[in-house]
Amino acid sequence: MEAGKKLNSNEKINKLKILDYIGNFKRNNFSKNRLKNYFWAYLLIFPTVAGLGVFYIGAFFQNLYYSFTNLGAFGRYNFIGLDNYSRLISDPEVYQTLINTFKYTMLVVPLTVGISILVATLLNSKIKGIGIYRTLYFLPAVTMPAAVAMVWRWLFNGRIGLINYLLSLIGITGPAWIADPRFAMFALVIVSVWMGIGFNMIILLAGLQGISKNYYEAASIDGAGPVKQFFSITLPVLSPTIFFVVVMSLINAFQTFELIFLMIGKESMAIDKTKTIVYLFYRHAFEWHDKGYAAAIAVLIFAIILIFTVVQMALQKKWVHYE
Amino acid sequence: MSYKKRQKNHHFWIHFVLITGVVITITPFIWMILTSLKTLGESTQIPPVILPDSPQWKNYVEVQQRLPFLRFYYNTIVYTAVRTIGQLILCSMAGYAFARIEFPGKKAIFIIMLSVLMIPSQSFLLPQFMIMARFKLLNTLRALIIPGLFSAFGTFLMRQFFMQIPKELEEAAILDGCNHFQIYKNIMLPLVKPGLTALAITCILASWNQLMWPLIVNTSIEKMTLSAGLASLAGQHHTNYPVSMAGAVLAIWPMIVVFLLFQKQFIEGIASTGSKG
Repeated sequence: MEAGKKLNSNEKINKLKILDYIGNFKRNNFSKNRLKNYFWAYLLIFPTVAGLGVFYIGAFFQNLYYSFTNLGAFGRYNFIGLDNYSRLISDPEVYQTLINTFKYTMLVVPLTVGISILVATLLNSKIKGIGIYRTLYFLPAVTMPAAVAMVWRWLFNGRIGLINYLLSLIGITGPAWIADPRFAMFALVIVSVWMGIGFNMIILLAGLQGISKNYYEAASIDGAGPVKQFFSITLPVLSPTIFFVVVMSLINAFQTFELIFLMIGKESMAIDKTKTIVYLFYRHAFEWHDKGYAAAIAVLIFAIILIFTVVQMALQKKWVHYE
Repeated sequence: MSYKKRQKNHHFWIHFVLITGVVITITPFIWMILTSLKTLGESTQIPPVILPDSPQWKNYVEVQQRLPFLRFYYNTIVYTAVRTIGQLILCSMAGYAFARIEFPGKKAIFIIMLSVLMIPSQSFLLPQFMIMARFKLLNTLRALIIPGLFSAFGTFLMRQFFMQIPKELEEAAILDGCNHFQIYKNIMLPLVKPGLTALAITCILASWNQLMWPLIVNTSIEKMTLSAGLASLAGQHHTNYPVSMAGAVLAIWPMIVVFLLFQKQFIEGIASTGSKG
């Protein structure tokens, strides 16, 4: 009996020892595993973090630094304090390009988003041939802007262009479009809208297809027509997607460069009324080799987009319905 | 009117509006192709000649005599392919780590990375250009490719896809003694194919059509992409429109063919960048 008890308690001690051993093993193994996890995590993020660090984050601060220098064509520069910024605020070209850019943005974004919502809504009704329509409307979005600019320049040709010919058929004498300072902006807006619809339409259509059909059935039973349904169901439920599309379009439109660069050309009479802030940046940075000043323009563009981002984040909370 | 009839009428107007839009959308493409096959005389006649008398295929030959289009194709394809493959590998690696592994500093690094998304590209261009100039890489394909290999957007997109995978899968793999690289490569990557497709499509589209960076770093004609090459064609005096249009057709057809072949992936990819971005 006595021996039995002893054996029993010995066994217990042994068991505890084993448990303790396993626990220790597990704990050690666990922290070893954790270190291993850190190792793999840092290894996996390293190339991206290093690349972004040098070419994006580092570059951003380097640009900030350049904006306080007179960096020119050959890479040598002196620190000149705030000279570039005082030049910036007294440069009439900066104001002109900002006015053009805002004008362009305010025309392009509502038109593009509005038409995209219309097309997406029509495509979402139960009709035949959605696939074909969707493909055709998306074509401009996969087309190189350089080629787009080329063909539209041809279409907008004042003398022999197709657009003025079609206008003449209905008795309108068309303007010189891209060569006319009064009309060049509208020509650019038309091309931008034409290019931008496909992309927005796809995103909006995906949003629409996510709306439950039950809403519409309930509304139908209540006697709401398609227009009423659109304003009381589609728009509110789609508002996060619309908001996303508007913000993206605004930021893109604000940074427009290619179409102005390719369609208007620097010698055109219309360039003063169409050049954007990014176009001005490009010319200072890479044509006039006035890189320090260009860096200051880039900082200005960044500041405007930053303010816009902060404002949109505040507005988002107010306006957008999330389910 | 009966319900059916009203429905039919309704559909007629929907098709009417949509077809009008389609005509406006595709007319420039048709005009581009038709003009590329006209003689210079035909292209400038008023009223315009719709169909050329006999198609002038020689315009396509002429544009290649003016500019080395084969070189442009080579440069553009190498640039697009290397950059896309690079982004797929690097962004998925980083995206996996941010989504599935806990490590010190994760949150801070991630937020700093996201802030890159809010900075307009003009703020990076000058220093990127100066780095390329300093390392004597201007007018090389490497200059085109290198900065574009790293993408905050791509990493964020991939992270969103990796987040959706249930936790049990990797716990089982860890018990089997797999390390995180093995889990990433063998288990997770096949599960995020839709994410990889979306990223590939975004990257291919952006690279093929990009203008400003190629224009800046590669000014010698031998190292230009199609986009920069077309821009230089547009800048030539005495624009010969049929020849220019032939150049435009040559530059855009590959992307259009790729889009038509992979429509479903394109549309789903774009839609998912919209909902995940």
